[in-house]
Amino acid sequence: MTDTSHAAALSAERPSADPVAARLKRRHAAERRFRAFGLGAVLFALGFLGILLTTIVSHGITAFVSTYVKVEIHFDPALLGIEGTPTPEAIAAADYRALIRDGLSRAFPEVQNRTEQRQLLALVSGGAEGEVRDTLRDNPSLLGQSRTLWLLANDDVDMVIKGHAPREPGIPGNRLSEAQGRWLTALESHDAVKTRFNTILWTSGDSRQPEQAGLWGAVVGSIFSLTITLLVSFPLGVATAIYLEEFAPKNRWTDLIEVNINNLAAVPSVVFGLLGLAVFLNGFGLPRSAPLVGGLVLALICLPTIIIAARAAMKAVPPSIREAAAGLGASRLQVVTDHVLPLSMPGVLTGTILGMAHALGETAPLLMIGMVAFIVDIPSTPLDPAAVLPVQVYLWADSPERAFVERTSAAIMVLLLFLTAMNLIAIMLRKKFERKW
Amino acid sequence: MSEVHTVKSYDEELAHLTGIIARMGGMAEAQFTAGLQALARRDDDLAQRVVAGDARIDELDREVQSFAVRLLALRQPMAVDLRQIVGALNISGEIERVGDYAANLAKRALVLNRVGIAAPVAGVVRLGDMVRSLLKEVLDAYLEKDLTKALEVWSRDEEVDALYNAVMQDLITQMTEDPGTITAATHLLFIAKNIERIGDHATNIAEALHYQILGTSPAGSRPKGNTVGGPE
Amino acid sequence: MNSPVTARAAQGKAKVSARALNVYYGEKHALHEVDLDIFSGEVTALIGPSGCGKSTFLRCINRMNDMVDSARVSGQLTIDGSDIYDHSLDVVQLRARVGMVFQKPNPFPKSIYDNVAYGPRIHGLARDQEELDEIVMTSLEKAGLLGEVKDRLTESGTGLSGGQQQRLCIARAIAVGPEVILMDEPCSALDPIATAKVEELIDELRDNYTIVIVTHSMQQAARVSQRTAFFHLGKLIEVSDTEQIFTNPQHSLTQGYITGRFG
Repeated sequence: MTDTSHAAALSAERPSADPVAARLKRRHAAERRFRAFGLGAVLFALGFLGILLTTIVSHGITAFVSTYVKVEIHFDPALLGIEGTPTPEAIAAADYRALIRDGLSRAFPEVQNRTEQRQLLALVSGGAEGEVRDTLRDNPSLLGQSRTLWLLANDDVDMVIKGHAPREPGIPGNRLSEAQGRWLTALESHDAVKTRFNTILWTSGDSRQPEQAGLWGAVVGSIFSLTITLLVSFPLGVATAIYLEEFAPKNRWTDLIEVNINNLAAVPSVVFGLLGLAVFLNGFGLPRSAPLVGGLVLALICLPTIIIAARAAMKAVPPSIREAAAGLGASRLQVVTDHVLPLSMPGVLTGTILGMAHALGETAPLLMIGMVAFIVDIPSTPLDPAAVLPVQVYLWADSPERAFVERTSAAIMVLLLFLTAMNLIAIMLRKKFERKW
Repeated sequence: MSEVHTVKSYDEELAHLTGIIARMGGMAEAQFTAGLQALARRDDDLAQRVVAGDARIDELDREVQSFAVRLLALRQPMAVDLRQIVGALNISGEIERVGDYAANLAKRALVLNRVGIAAPVAGVVRLGDMVRSLLKEVLDAYLEKDLTKALEVWSRDEEVDALYNAVMQDLITQMTEDPGTITAATHLLFIAKNIERIGDHATNIAEALHYQILGTSPAGSRPKGNTVGGPE
Repeated sequence: MNSPVTARAAQGKAKVSARALNVYYGEKHALHEVDLDIFSGEVTALIGPSGCGKSTFLRCINRMNDMVDSARVSGQLTIDGSDIYDHSLDVVQLRARVGMVFQKPNPFPKSIYDNVAYGPRIHGLARDQEELDEIVMTSLEKAGLLGEVKDRLTESGTGLSGGQQQRLCIARAIAVGPEVILMDEPCSALDPIATAKVEELIDELRDNYTIVIVTHSMQQAARVSQRTAFFHLGKLIEVSDTEQIFTNPQHSLTQGYITGRFG
């Protein structure tokens, strides 16, 4: 390096330059060590991130497909119990289980005894009855005819097909009987088993049966909650920040308020859940498990973040702009609305979206207000009971079925996807609104 | 407020300017004295030296001009500093004229000496002495920034005029009585006029000094001729 | 000295008049008992060393000191005879009559048009878009900027050069139609050419506005103003015709400051 060679040349001429060269060397070495340390820390963090992502994706990727079994269904009116022309009520009330049992029996005529028949039927999911009904309802002329349908397989079959559970009995994790394993193999050999994209995950509400369980209810619940949060916390937070920054007198009271707001940002979120329980549910009598309450609790959590971010953004607006506006005769409010607020918008928006992203992932406070119930129906208003994505993750993680393991990871991936999207929006908005003074 | 500028080189330059003027003044004074001596003692060599010596005063005047312009451009002087520099320009011009008159006096002395007969120089020499003392005083006043001295010189201009008139009368009488002295007396008249002009320039310097110090010209009109009573 | 300026001052009444004006910033006594008259149709320069109170005085005239929490003003400050520190006076209206140009050019990060139009908009000076256009164009022209920017009125004001930005700020101040224009060291951030343009502008504006300029440059004060006031440690030391102040000031402090004998 030129430094050391130069220093070496110097020391050749003047012996007193040796300590200088040595010091220089030490300084460079220290800098190199520091940079290596920093790089190491970054790689360490990235390593953990990599491990996390790999684990999640490897567990959850298979949840995005479902196993379907091909069964030929004879829409026998006698089996269904429908006489004459089928009315919609009759179609709705008919026994489709019998149809499926019938179809499976035809595929495996050797199955005779009751236990084995039950086992055979158990290959197909309980939700398949609804699929058959829907097919007939959409096309009542099928009555009396046959149709090959792909029916949703049971979660045990699903796990075997995906390789997560062993087929043979005796191996730990096995849930299929020897006969079921045989039938499954037979179906496979006839190309009667295939995996398709798992639309149920995206369209259904929660269910006890893993193969019928979906995230859509939780997603809608999250959307409702976050909308309420945004509608409540954004105006309130920005207005508070404007008041504190521009209008409030600088005395001990405002200092106290500022300290409290900063502290609130660090309060464990479960405490806000308790507050919501006490005030919103018990005090105001709002419906339990509703996104309305969830949104309000999350709004309380977001408020300090938004206020702090908005204040920082407003502080960054140079006083010269304010003076110029005031000098022209703008009132204090006009200075804020015409100049300070538009110029601080990037910071405010970034803070808001980061607060929202944080709120999206909050679980503990929502557990406190009861959004942990098992909700099957998709909520249609913010007052209906609902779950949110992180709570759904918690519920599925708690369930014993093997199929829920992959679904939990899939739910986590969806949650992370939303979080990443929100952060990207924050970055884009910030870049778009950034302005040079 | 202190008397000195924060930027010391400014003070040094102003002192330099004053220094040139002081040297010029001393030279002019010496030239005048020598000229009068050459006249009184009929000393040709001295007279020659005086004539030659005027070039040096002219040189110094040019130096003052250029240095003053430099100060104006580079220092953007204000108030008293501005007045001092402009005053120096004026005073330098006045001293240069004094030098010219001293040299003229010496030239006439040379001519007078060739005329032969002893000229009645006594009156002129007396006039010269008076003006010489005024010149010395005003130059001292400039160096010391002494307003009182300057005003005194300013007010004595009428004395000079009175003595000049007396000398002129005397010479005219002499010429009338003894036509043989006309040539000599005529030269002496011119010399007396030169001396009286030197006196005027001394008064000018006093006025310039007053403006430099106070920023105003001396009040009242300049006492001239046979006016009785002093200024103010 | 019977200069035309003092003659006019003697005849006319003062546009802005301060009597026994005191300003305190908390404990600090920034202005002591200032009596000063400012006349219309001329430029008054306020000079003095740092911290002497000239900017403080300037900011009293449009009550910009109100923006400082610890500031307290006592005494009287009138414009056209009415006290501007009266409680019933609307500060917003005052600032429409008294415009200000600051040391560092501070155009809004908006278009050139919007910069100049902001003042008229908030005061409702234009009935329709056409009138507003007219006001903007006239102000830009008076500020000597129209020729340079008329093709790019929608571009950002911050994209102009320093001198242009300052002239934009002047146009912005003029657009409100003030009677008094206050300038706080308007050229200190500008190069000599831009400074000369602004000084020329001040000369042109002088006939129709009352202009008060604070400056650190004595040469600028000498070039630009007709009356000069010298402040020192919060007191008004001397005020007189500019020519008088710079050729023969009466007070030794004034002389010491302008000749560089301070410190």
